[in-house]
Amino acid sequence: MAMAAPLVLHLLLALLLGLGGQSRAEPERDSLREELVLTPLPSGDVSATFQFRTRWDSELQREGVSHYRLFPKVLGQLISKYSVQELHLSLTQGFWRTRFWGQPFLQAPAGAELWVWFQNSVADVDKSWKELSNILSGIFCASLNFIDSTNTVTPTASFKPLGLANGTNHHFLRYAVLPREVVCTENLTPWKKLLPCSSKAGLSVLLKAERLFHTSYHSQAVHIRPVCRDAHCVSVSWELRQTLTVVFDAYTTGQGKKDWSLFRMFSRTITEACPLASQSYVYVDISRNGQENESLEVSPPPTSTYQAVILGDRKTYAVYDLLNLATFSGSRSLNLQLKWRQLQDIGSQLVPFLHAQRYVSGYGLQKGELSTVLHNTHPYRAFPVLLLETVPWYLRLYVHTLAITTKGKENKPSYIHYQPAQDRLRPHLLEMLIQLPANSVTKVSIQFERALLKWTEYTPDPNHGFYVSPSVLSALVPNLVGAKPANWEESPLFSTMFPTSDSSSYFVRLYTEPLLVNLPTPDFSMPYNVICLTCTVVAVCYGSFYNLLTRTFHLEEPKRSRLVRWLANIIRRIRGVPPV
Amino acid sequence: MTLCMTMCLGDYVPVGQGLCVSVHVRLCVPINLEREDATCMGVWNCIYLTLYLSVAEGAWYCGKGPELGIRRPEFKFWLCHLIVVWSLVNPFTSLSLSFLMCKMRRMDLSYFQLWHLLCSLHPLAMGLLLDSHRRRALARLLLRLNTPLCVVSYLAGVFWFLGLAFSPLTQNTYISENAMGSTMVEEQFEGGEHALNFARDFTAQRRKTGSLPVAWLERTMRSVGLEVYSQSFSRTLPFPDETHERYMVSGTNVYGILRAPRAASTESLVLVVPSSPETLNAQAVGLLLSLAAYFRSQIYWAKDIIFLVTEHDLLGTEAWLEAYHDVNITGMQSSALQGRAGAIQAAVALELNSDVVTSLDVAVEGLNGQLPNLDLLNLFHAFCQKEALLCTLQGKLQHSDWASLGGSLHGLQTLMLMVLRQASGRPHGPHGLFLRYHVEAITLRGINSFRQYKYDMTAVGKTLEGMFRKLNNLLERLHQSYFFYLLPSLSRFVSIGLYMPAIGFLLFIPGLKALELWVKLNKADFGPEEQLGPNHSLVQPFGQDARGVALTPLVAPVLISQATGLALYLLPVMGQHVAAQHFPVAEAEAVVLTLLAIYVAGLALPHSTHRVVSSTPRGPDSGWMALKLVALLYLAIQLGCISLFNFSLGFLLAVTMVPAAALTQPSGPRFLYAVLLVLVSPGATLLGSLFLWRELQEAPLTLAEGWQLFLSALAQGVLDHHLYGALLFPLLSLGLYPCWLLFWNVLFWK
Repeated sequence: MAMAAPLVLHLLLALLLGLGGQSRAEPERDSLREELVLTPLPSGDVSATFQFRTRWDSELQREGVSHYRLFPKVLGQLISKYSVQELHLSLTQGFWRTRFWGQPFLQAPAGAELWVWFQNSVADVDKSWKELSNILSGIFCASLNFIDSTNTVTPTASFKPLGLANGTNHHFLRYAVLPREVVCTENLTPWKKLLPCSSKAGLSVLLKAERLFHTSYHSQAVHIRPVCRDAHCVSVSWELRQTLTVVFDAYTTGQGKKDWSLFRMFSRTITEACPLASQSYVYVDISRNGQENESLEVSPPPTSTYQAVILGDRKTYAVYDLLNLATFSGSRSLNLQLKWRQLQDIGSQLVPFLHAQRYVSGYGLQKGELSTVLHNTHPYRAFPVLLLETVPWYLRLYVHTLAITTKGKENKPSYIHYQPAQDRLRPHLLEMLIQLPANSVTKVSIQFERALLKWTEYTPDPNHGFYVSPSVLSALVPNLVGAKPANWEESPLFSTMFPTSDSSSYFVRLYTEPLLVNLPTPDFSMPYNVICLTCTVVAVCYGSFYNLLTRTFHLEEPKRSRLVRWLANIIRRIRGVPPV
Repeated sequence: MTLCMTMCLGDYVPVGQGLCVSVHVRLCVPINLEREDATCMGVWNCIYLTLYLSVAEGAWYCGKGPELGIRRPEFKFWLCHLIVVWSLVNPFTSLSLSFLMCKMRRMDLSYFQLWHLLCSLHPLAMGLLLDSHRRRALARLLLRLNTPLCVVSYLAGVFWFLGLAFSPLTQNTYISENAMGSTMVEEQFEGGEHALNFARDFTAQRRKTGSLPVAWLERTMRSVGLEVYSQSFSRTLPFPDETHERYMVSGTNVYGILRAPRAASTESLVLVVPSSPETLNAQAVGLLLSLAAYFRSQIYWAKDIIFLVTEHDLLGTEAWLEAYHDVNITGMQSSALQGRAGAIQAAVALELNSDVVTSLDVAVEGLNGQLPNLDLLNLFHAFCQKEALLCTLQGKLQHSDWASLGGSLHGLQTLMLMVLRQASGRPHGPHGLFLRYHVEAITLRGINSFRQYKYDMTAVGKTLEGMFRKLNNLLERLHQSYFFYLLPSLSRFVSIGLYMPAIGFLLFIPGLKALELWVKLNKADFGPEEQLGPNHSLVQPFGQDARGVALTPLVAPVLISQATGLALYLLPVMGQHVAAQHFPVAEAEAVVLTLLAIYVAGLALPHSTHRVVSSTPRGPDSGWMALKLVALLYLAIQLGCISLFNFSLGFLLAVTMVPAAALTQPSGPRFLYAVLLVLVSPGATLLGSLFLWRELQEAPLTLAEGWQLFLSALAQGVLDHHLYGALLFPLLSLGLYPCWLLFWNVLFWK
């Protein structure tokens, strides 16, 4: 034994050295880039979008990765344990009003949305999905554990992998939305803790919960995907994007004025970049839809500007590099301010090319109709839209009533996929590829019947109504101006999220509002009434019948009904009394 | 347990049924009550249960007596009678107990008690009816006591109704909805002056444009920070509306949506102001805009708020509601809505026409007598008290001393007004149209009378602010409180469990009369006892065909009267142009006059078809008896159904038609009957109701005025049916008028 100990020690040393040598030979680099984009919206509100990109050149899927630096360990382990190919989770409070706020960088549906691509090696996808959603529920303090088969679907076309993928067999995809999820600070805190600088330094200093939840729209998301490590794309890196979008209501906070500053929005200012970040930028959208730039003024003046075609439109951004000390030269902190020289008329705003609206029509508690109205406001170009509708099983869709009309004429979808619901097991899934003609309004409607639930299946607040998750529109929207494909690794913001091959259009994914549908709801003292009434009816009917059967019939009149004698004889036989 | 018990009980099954039913009912009662009541009732239940069980045990022994060696037939006899007596006593115990509870605990006489009453009577009825002896006895009793029973029942119904305004039958209102409970906030709306400025601008713009100033409204709403949309609509009325002077209507609704922060537009509240050429409601529009501006700067909204200004009052509201819910019920042409805000949870309509108000009047009666949830009214009442506003119901202030006789009579007056308005089935304000879509809504009207103390816009605005903040807190749709109620005053109500017996008593009469006729038609069944032996009438229930009702002679009168009803429903509107061509009247008059002409012509229809059709004489009276039997049942069923969804209408019709219907027969003082029957026909009831209504409002009508009002009410009734889908006109013309004609037919049978 005494001899063995040094041997083991040697072995261990050799192992360690060897490993160290290996890592030195091929270093597992990781990097963090943080960005903040401030966009004055057409309606006068201000949106602020944070994006924290952590990139790690590591084979996460291989077991045994144990040393984590910037990449959060909890997520890394999740990916390797459940063989996740891609993971997208968003938690949203509020609704992005596309018509008034313009096209979002990355919209998310109200509530919680989770979609995951698993690797081909996963045998039981449903089991992994269930476990994964439960673990995520714990990590993000969200009710993702309510994801089950009744709200999970497998879309065939709407959700493609955004990162590197070997195949796109949709059997490895799971998608679920929980429209009822309420997002608040308890979801924000774990999300912030995943950041390398937490909320101690850098842009994340601005993430003060009190202010973030004093907004019109709040959406936080986590996207994990494999990306190419370099231009040759021989090996894989893992990318984690944490994004957070808020929209500040300029009207209520600014007493009617639309000017804003970082301090007024976040009640904080930026003092430094996150020391761990390799890039730290603040972008302010100063493009004015082709009009003169003089109408707004940013202070302090930006060190540089950046021009690009983002979401189909030419945009100009004032760029502030936080790693550059010159940014803070005037004062110790950066308090960006934007002032409007002249008030622009809100009425003449540019409506985005694609926007949609969804509602329930009809009245009464028996039937109804789900209507989705799709607007294509492009003056001369038609484009196709992929529409995904997930409807809970308790709304029984009448598929024969599906009607798609554009300008009064029927519009035949070129692709349609329908998976009917099974009661208490899975929801309806309807996917359609619809061509939207230029400058048109298309209405997609389908009728449904409201199911009567079992009385234990009602929520504690049944009269509130039941949520129907929003429909998802995925479309390639034509660009307003031509764009050359940018080097998508270097360009900022979300343009890198959905790589486009075609320069004349850009990909956009929109969500409509969730719906609240009232189901026929019993008065909940009713079960007792029902028991009572049923028992009474049974007792009364049974009693009368039994009385008829057991009564001793004395027939003395010669005129007798045969039926009675027949009945009486049968009963007498049963009772063992000699027949009449 | 039910079945076991029933089986054990052997051949005296009615007892078993009665027991099981009562046990079940007893067991179930406490669940519906509040906790204290439940414990209280629980004690009673135990007592009841033990009693029942002991009786059941007795009955069981009794049934099994011979096998067990008990040879005491008189015991069985005694026991049966005990049970019969018990069944009789039980409902009264139950009733009196309920009254006790009502008094003690502010509790409602629930349907369970009524059900229990019926169920307890069931064994009695079964026991009596299944036994030929007792059946015969009952029939004799029925024949002998029929008239007194009818009279007693009618009086009971009428007095029950009159008693509804008195204290044991009314309860104090209370807010049931938790989310709208006690309030900690102070209303801070200060925009009264602002509202008046808006109102003045609106009036000026209105005068300039000559119609609703859409552009100005859109601009103003946008400037206060709303998402603004407009909707245009047009509708051609079936015939010119003379009261509102309109025929081809087109207009525009303007609405602005306040988007709640961090909400996904799934729920919304509506504040609606109707504006029409006659009633501009400029102050209401001003207050709406001012409130919108104030609400926009608040951060606590959890539901979107829609500020809606409709043109052509109810027509605009109907157009907007139909477009919002994407349905087309009434043939309205309107443009599709661009902006929506999810499921509407509640709506408040506001009508103000003066800069200051002395009181706010609230209207609850909606289309077809629908009522909003009582909690919405309670909410309004709570804020009336909080802001120390004068609030009226049916234009009547609450009497200061409720308990006094004067107070109760005052309450009765208010209640009668409500009954008359509810019975009319018209929407009494824009809120009435929301109710169809399951949106709870009320209309508030500012009244400016000669009273000295006036309230300004700020006070009204604060009331609305408070109401909207409370509604904003709602977690569910309003559903906790009553949907069926009558209001003797703002702070007291009568629930459905308490007012339904009134109509129950009245509908008992056609039943009794029908039973009497049935018995008479099958006379031989219930002949003198000595003709039939005591124990041998079992054949009759099964195979009787010698006697009974001949239905063939009834076909013609029923068909003729129904056809007249159909003509009454269809012809006036269809034939208006023909009538207007041939007679020197306008279209609207033509409709009304055709209506009256067909109505009167119905009386002159042939009444002797049976002489042609009928071939087998079954006795001199059997024909009309059969017809009356059918008519009585038809009437009872119709009134029963009507009273379920519109109690007021059902009661008004029952209280007039039932006695005349019961009396009608082709012998005796036929002229008197005829006069009575004409007086209670649906049309005459409408005329009488108009006079009563104005009398109660302390603005009595002269005969000529009354006639004019009657004619315009007829036209309005037809219009309401076509414009909003009110059911009163088809109900009367297709259901009650033909039924009434049947009685007319009975009267002139010979």
